[in-house]
Amino acid sequence: MHEFTFKPFDEMTDEDYAALGFKAGLEIHQQLLTEKKLFCHCPAGKYSPEYHSEILRHMRPTLSELGEYDRTALMEFKTKKDIIYRINRESVCTYELDDSPPFLINEQALDIAIEIGLLTNSTIVDEIHIARKQYLDGSIPAGFQRTAIVSVGGFVPYKDRKINLIQMSLEEDSCREFSDVGHKRIYLTDRLGMPLLETVTEPVLRTPNEVAEVNDILRRLVRSTGKVRTGIGSGRQDLNVSIDGGTRIEIKGVPRIPELPLLSYNEAMRQWNLLKLRDELKRRGIDQESFQAKTDDVTKFLKNTQYQPIYNAISEGKLVYCVTLRNFKNILSWKTQTDTFFSKEISDRVRVIACLTTLPNIIHSDYPGETISSSEGKTLRKAIGATDDDTIVLVWGNELDAKTGAQEIIIRAKEATIGVPAETRQALSDGTNGFERILPGPQRMYPDTDLPPKQVSEERLERISAALPKQIWLREKEYRELKIPEYYALTIAYSQFANVFEKVVKELNIKPTFAATVILDYPKRLKKKGFDVSKIKEEHFFNILKAFSEEKIVRDAIIIALEKAIKGEDYEDFFLSKKVDEIKIDEIKKIIEKVKETTEIKNKDKKKEIYLSKIMRSLRGTVEFSQVKQALEQIEL
Amino acid sequence: MASNEAYKGYKGEALETLKQFKAMIWCDVEITTDQHKFLGIILPRSETADQYHIVIKLITGYNVGIATKKIKNIKVFGRKEICYKIPKNEFPSDPSKPKVKLFGTGGTIASRLDYRTGAVIPAFSPGDLYGSVPELADICDLETEELYGVFSENMGLEQWKGTAEAIGKEIRKGTKGIVVGHGTDTMHHTAAILSFMVQNSPVPIVMVGSQRSSDRPSSDAALNLIHAVKVAAESDIAEVTVCMFGHTSDDYGLLHRGTRVRKMHSSYRSTFRTIGDVPLAMVDREKITPLRQDYRKRRDDKNVTINTAFEEKVSILYYYPDMKPDLVYSLIDNGYKGIVIAGAGLGHVNKPLFPAIKKAIDSNIAVYMTVQTLWGYVQMYVYDTGRDIMELGVISAANMLPEVALMKLSWALGQTSDLEKVKEIMLSPVVDEITEREPSNGYLVFQGGIPEVDDFIANFRK
Ligand SMILES: [Zn+2]
Repeated sequence: MHEFTFKPFDEMTDEDYAALGFKAGLEIHQQLLTEKKLFCHCPAGKYSPEYHSEILRHMRPTLSELGEYDRTALMEFKTKKDIIYRINRESVCTYELDDSPPFLINEQALDIAIEIGLLTNSTIVDEIHIARKQYLDGSIPAGFQRTAIVSVGGFVPYKDRKINLIQMSLEEDSCREFSDVGHKRIYLTDRLGMPLLETVTEPVLRTPNEVAEVNDILRRLVRSTGKVRTGIGSGRQDLNVSIDGGTRIEIKGVPRIPELPLLSYNEAMRQWNLLKLRDELKRRGIDQESFQAKTDDVTKFLKNTQYQPIYNAISEGKLVYCVTLRNFKNILSWKTQTDTFFSKEISDRVRVIACLTTLPNIIHSDYPGETISSSEGKTLRKAIGATDDDTIVLVWGNELDAKTGAQEIIIRAKEATIGVPAETRQALSDGTNGFERILPGPQRMYPDTDLPPKQVSEERLERISAALPKQIWLREKEYRELKIPEYYALTIAYSQFANVFEKVVKELNIKPTFAATVILDYPKRLKKKGFDVSKIKEEHFFNILKAFSEEKIVRDAIIIALEKAIKGEDYEDFFLSKKVDEIKIDEIKKIIEKVKETTEIKNKDKKKEIYLSKIMRSLRGTVEFSQVKQALEQIEL
Repeated sequence: MASNEAYKGYKGEALETLKQFKAMIWCDVEITTDQHKFLGIILPRSETADQYHIVIKLITGYNVGIATKKIKNIKVFGRKEICYKIPKNEFPSDPSKPKVKLFGTGGTIASRLDYRTGAVIPAFSPGDLYGSVPELADICDLETEELYGVFSENMGLEQWKGTAEAIGKEIRKGTKGIVVGHGTDTMHHTAAILSFMVQNSPVPIVMVGSQRSSDRPSSDAALNLIHAVKVAAESDIAEVTVCMFGHTSDDYGLLHRGTRVRKMHSSYRSTFRTIGDVPLAMVDREKITPLRQDYRKRRDDKNVTINTAFEEKVSILYYYPDMKPDLVYSLIDNGYKGIVIAGAGLGHVNKPLFPAIKKAIDSNIAVYMTVQTLWGYVQMYVYDTGRDIMELGVISAANMLPEVALMKLSWALGQTSDLEKVKEIMLSPVVDEITEREPSNGYLVFQGGIPEVDDFIANFRK
């Protein structure tokens, strides 16, 4: 291995990542905006932690199509979890609980998926085959997720190159984990079965920043269709990272794009450090063949220990196993990620696979802090025949769990001799990652026998192509050329009103920056005033701006018209039939007189403001604010 | 290799395309279309699918169908036939454990997948079963025999007779318990007929199946099998029973008497229910909890009565308002010997049918009345219509379930054509196909939405 020194995150350069051979790819999951779920007729997007009943399932590994048990499957089975599903009967039916076969695929979801596929220049699959993808963690009650490839290939432009896509698949969303303690895992089922589009890029991203930027492009692209869900949890990404000599590691469920760079950095660091650790073991003469470890039941030596977790365990009748890792001294305190050590890799495995979820779940002799006393350590080493060069690791629990735990300690320690074991890892909030499960292979996929293949007809492709919105990167380019501020260009490009923006600029000759202000900023102002701005439609913007361009209303009235549109009122009734005329002071004077008669103004300081707003309302947008203000100056109040 | 094996499921255009590029199923290929290059393995195609697509499994594990008309080239890299196999294991034989025989009729317990039909094929040898349900070895010394390989809707006289005889043989050999694997759709028909064909068994005869295919991690198959084998090996309930999930959770199974059980939901796990009574027992991994005591107890002898008599010309008439008499005449004209009516309410049909029914009875056809409500008794004496129907000579089958009555009448008519003797057989219950009373908890169809029912469901997993 070449020499390389990890710098702090902020100081790493593109050249540093190139030297590491950093490569990353993304799997982006985006919920689609449909009325119903993907394979049943339950309403989509009804979230609530409230539940009416619970069911219990266990997951057992089964034979895949290609005749092998998937290794993730077998690992999960070792954990023997009680999986509890909390069910809200408003959002879940017998399908999601796997008590009914699926209904035919949601056509609306398929249309949206195809649309996004076309937007990324992908090849839409001629005949869609629905597959079952096994998940033994229980995140789907059936034990598999129904998923289907909708498109292959395609790309998104990024700087001066193309980021190629591998595929897009339409799949049902999984449960949300509520808790996972010991042998019991609880899931909420409200998200279950929602249509989810997974976009997979090739592993061609060269730096952590590229990861975030490309993810952002893809997210903006899908959002620009206006046909995907937004908000917390509606978009999530899996990140895969490798470095030269390392292994492709998948980090699951990153909720926010800004977290990606640090996660990428830490994973690169982890792989680098694990490779160095392997070299250290090699230097000590430890490889796959020469690796030595053993397990002993040491419960009887620790009955009087002062170390509380073990003392408590023994008094509850649990057992303590001691794993001796030959010649491993100091290896468990080898740094892997920021403030994270190799012992964490082992502890994670024990937690997930042996269900020993109360931490600490292991202690070891490479740890400098206080655990068992040094005399207890000496007694142990003597009793089991461990030398000072060996690392000893203790794990405790009921017989079965402690035994599984001890086995896992040995398995993970031995994997250190090969470098970076293939795993799925989970993103942690501090930017590091932890073990989730063994990386599943393609063996866990097999055809769904409940649903026939689905042909994508040419008519369907033509229909969707004909209504295809412009790709976001084209929009952005065009809008920049209109010389509107960068923020507006980017925001409008992925707003659902991009089309109307273009129309009012082109057809009505509205100044681009003003059009962007109306479309982006006016709704924000109205939202602040408590209006439901989701009710604003393209046609509202168009009609109102058209009236403005024909001088049938003044600028200040635009927002008033929008307000009326939201309220469902006739916003066109105060557009004038002819152009707005010169300001007529007399008319304004009349109105002021009327206002004086009807309104008593207590707060003298606010007098002017109140008149202003009253007048504006009664002139219903036919005069500019500045004109009224001017008129008021001339009138004795 | 036979060519149809090499192109399994492909026909027409797709077959021509494969041949053109010398590609077969299981070939490792690169398929070039005018839009994309696909790398993967060619899979067999379902026979019901069209002839315009070739299916490949991509490296990512997903399958896609490629339109043949877009295919420009198929480059073949190699071919590796894939065989389905469950990890091979010998079932650890332990003579100290009770010997249990598992008969297969075609339901899926452990399974592998078949591309051709998209079906799940059962894996059945004890070794196969041990590979997928190793827990069985802790319960019994298992032997298996595949009697038939038919879907449950294709079960018929041949299979019923054969199964009954095979059970008889096994009992006489001294086997301690019998399990019959069966598809669930008609399991209650088979359970009923076996209750009549196999009488006085000294050991449990337990029917079992699965509602969710065994290829899925959440399948009920393994647990149902464990429960059934446990009952066969350990329980003292020497009757023909059905052992299936008690509710949808992986929790306990219910043991239903073969003559009172019915499939009540097209897909739910807990689809089997005892009708008009309570089940015999609850079963979980640890224990068997009897819910009643009036069952036939296990004995040490090897005696059993096998009577496979059966008349196939028996039908069931599911009454509906304004049913036309020609249906009945058609049964008469076609030489039917027995008719079970699933009547409305307490056992009623409309007046226009009367002459036809009269003619059937005069033609020496046995006509029995059951209720399509499933719960409750035929009580034709309550209303005039009923009295008139009785008057015609229609015999009440009391609270015998319609399908059970169908099976029993076929069995009775198989033994004798003397309708008086048939009546005696029909009305003498073998094992509770008619009960004297319906306990008040024998009819419980809970209605969701009612606060106390929803409460119950919230507090006891459904
Ligand atoms: Zn549903």
